[in-house]
Amino acid sequence: MSAASPATAHVPPAPRHVSAFRVFQALLMRDLSVARREVISFLLRTTFQPLLFVVVFGYLLPRMGFMQRGYGAALLPGILGVSLAFASLQSVTLPMVMDFGWTKEIEDRLLAPVPTWLVAFEKVVSGIIQGVFAALFVLPIARLIMGPIDALTVSHAGALLAVTVLGAATFSTLGLVLGTAVEAQQIGLMFSVILAPMLMFGCAYYPWRGLDHLPVMKYGVLINPLVYVAEGLRAVLTPSLPHMPLAVVLVMLTVFTAGLWWLGLKTFMKKAVG
Amino acid sequence: MSATTLHAAPAAAHADTDRDAAIRTRGLRKVYPLPKRRGPGGPGGPPGAAPGAAAPPPGIIALDALDLDVHAGEFFGLLGPNGAGKTTTIGILTTRARPTAGQAWVAGIDVAREDVAVRHRIGVVPQRPNADRALNVRENLLYHAAYFGIARGEATTRAQRLLETFGIADRANGKVDQLSGGLQQRLMVARALMHDPQVLFLDEPTVGLDPQARLALWDILRDLHSQGHTIVMTTHYMEEADRLCQRVAIVDRGKLLALDTPAALKARAPGGTLIELTLDGDCAAAADRARAIAGFLRVEHQGATLRAWAPRAGESIAGLIHAAEEAGRDVRDIHLAPPSLETLFVSLTGRKLE
Repeated sequence: MSAASPATAHVPPAPRHVSAFRVFQALLMRDLSVARREVISFLLRTTFQPLLFVVVFGYLLPRMGFMQRGYGAALLPGILGVSLAFASLQSVTLPMVMDFGWTKEIEDRLLAPVPTWLVAFEKVVSGIIQGVFAALFVLPIARLIMGPIDALTVSHAGALLAVTVLGAATFSTLGLVLGTAVEAQQIGLMFSVILAPMLMFGCAYYPWRGLDHLPVMKYGVLINPLVYVAEGLRAVLTPSLPHMPLAVVLVMLTVFTAGLWWLGLKTFMKKAVG
Repeated sequence: MSATTLHAAPAAAHADTDRDAAIRTRGLRKVYPLPKRRGPGGPGGPPGAAPGAAAPPPGIIALDALDLDVHAGEFFGLLGPNGAGKTTTIGILTTRARPTAGQAWVAGIDVAREDVAVRHRIGVVPQRPNADRALNVRENLLYHAAYFGIARGEATTRAQRLLETFGIADRANGKVDQLSGGLQQRLMVARALMHDPQVLFLDEPTVGLDPQARLALWDILRDLHSQGHTIVMTTHYMEEADRLCQRVAIVDRGKLLALDTPAALKARAPGGTLIELTLDGDCAAAADRARAIAGFLRVEHQGATLRAWAPRAGESIAGLIHAAEEAGRDVRDIHLAPPSLETLFVSLTGRKLE
């Protein structure tokens, strides 16, 4: 009953050499075109909450007299930082948890003829792009809601770009760590136990120098990468107001990115290759 | 290798046919670490044990020194129950798992050392359809082609041809979720063929499919094989291995038990029809009584299962039931199987496949 033997074996021509960069491009195209289709839900997911925060703390409370004028200048960079960080993180973490934990959709990409680390690297790059996009979306809207902010400047474009990309990279790689370490059923827990404290103690809604008379808090929050994103954005967007030195921010974000990439790649490889 | 191994060819015998070998494995072994236990003595050790003094945990042996040779153009089956090591074997050969020991080559390329080159030459159909659900049916094929560096124009043509061949062209722009399980599995085969692989791997491709979809997939696989594709398929369905494969490796608990054509394997099955009775308790006494009756080629017992092989099952079955009842047992279930891969598997392992 067994199948008849074919006359000759089908031996396809030897595969053409494909550059890793070309495969990387294809992987990135896939992620960006999927992101483009889901742009509304992506923006709602990542920027709606920060923008609501802007409405309450940047518009309503100042007009009720509960907030000093000038709080907006401290709040805007923080809100941008939150959007940037959490959009980058979610763009990597959520698909990764689903893909590895349940749908296994990533397996087709893991079988692409490139080194496996490149698949993780592409996810991080895609996270950076999506994070920067979310921040660019939030900036003009937040500014419109809050009204004019005297100290605001976008003249330090180079430094702004450096802080934005490094901040997005930090949270994209953190997304890789969480996406490969957290099980699908623990996502809710991750948001309330890891991300909520990170948000509250990330100097996003208040400047780091505001903690000067609370030394335990002031130095305790330094383990939180969001602090450097928010302070870095203060350093470049509202440089005339008190902020952490830009050099410290850039060094710390680089260190976080390198460390989290190393850790994330380790957990990724463990999941990808049994 | 276990004493029951029927695979007689020594490794060296294949040295001269290496050029034709689509797949070769030597001493392939995979041990999964046991999940870490946290006892009162701290993680990783029993209470009181000195840290570092304990021997490494034995782990779960998924593959135990597997030697396989699959020739180019062959339709090769790996047959065994769940946990036999089939998926682990496919995982190693498709670069998704690293062997603990041993070596494996696909198209002459070492899977552990040159995983990228191996991935270039293989197509993989997974156990459960894992199409990219953010993409539509056609895009699944086009993006897969892009991951292999195939130009857009060529990919579009190939995708259309495969969609038509597999009868999913009318669903090409629809969502993957809207396809039935059978059609999703066809999409997986089409995707695996997009980059014209040298070897096609299928891991239990028909599990969960209804009989009609299973037959349709069999037809597709037969066609691919007749076109000369090398196919390696795992299955725990006897019939599937028997109908499709040129050679079948029977594996259980990580070991190769037998390897031959389905016809030769069936010829090795113990003669006669297997009559299997399930009794309401231990059947040692019933087996002794059955052995005293003429007409049985062989009688075995294992717990409440009594197995007897008889040339004329119809005549012998009453005697066997009588023997069981005389031994004070009730018969709960009767199962008859003519000589087949199934009866061979039972005689090799003492258990059923499914």
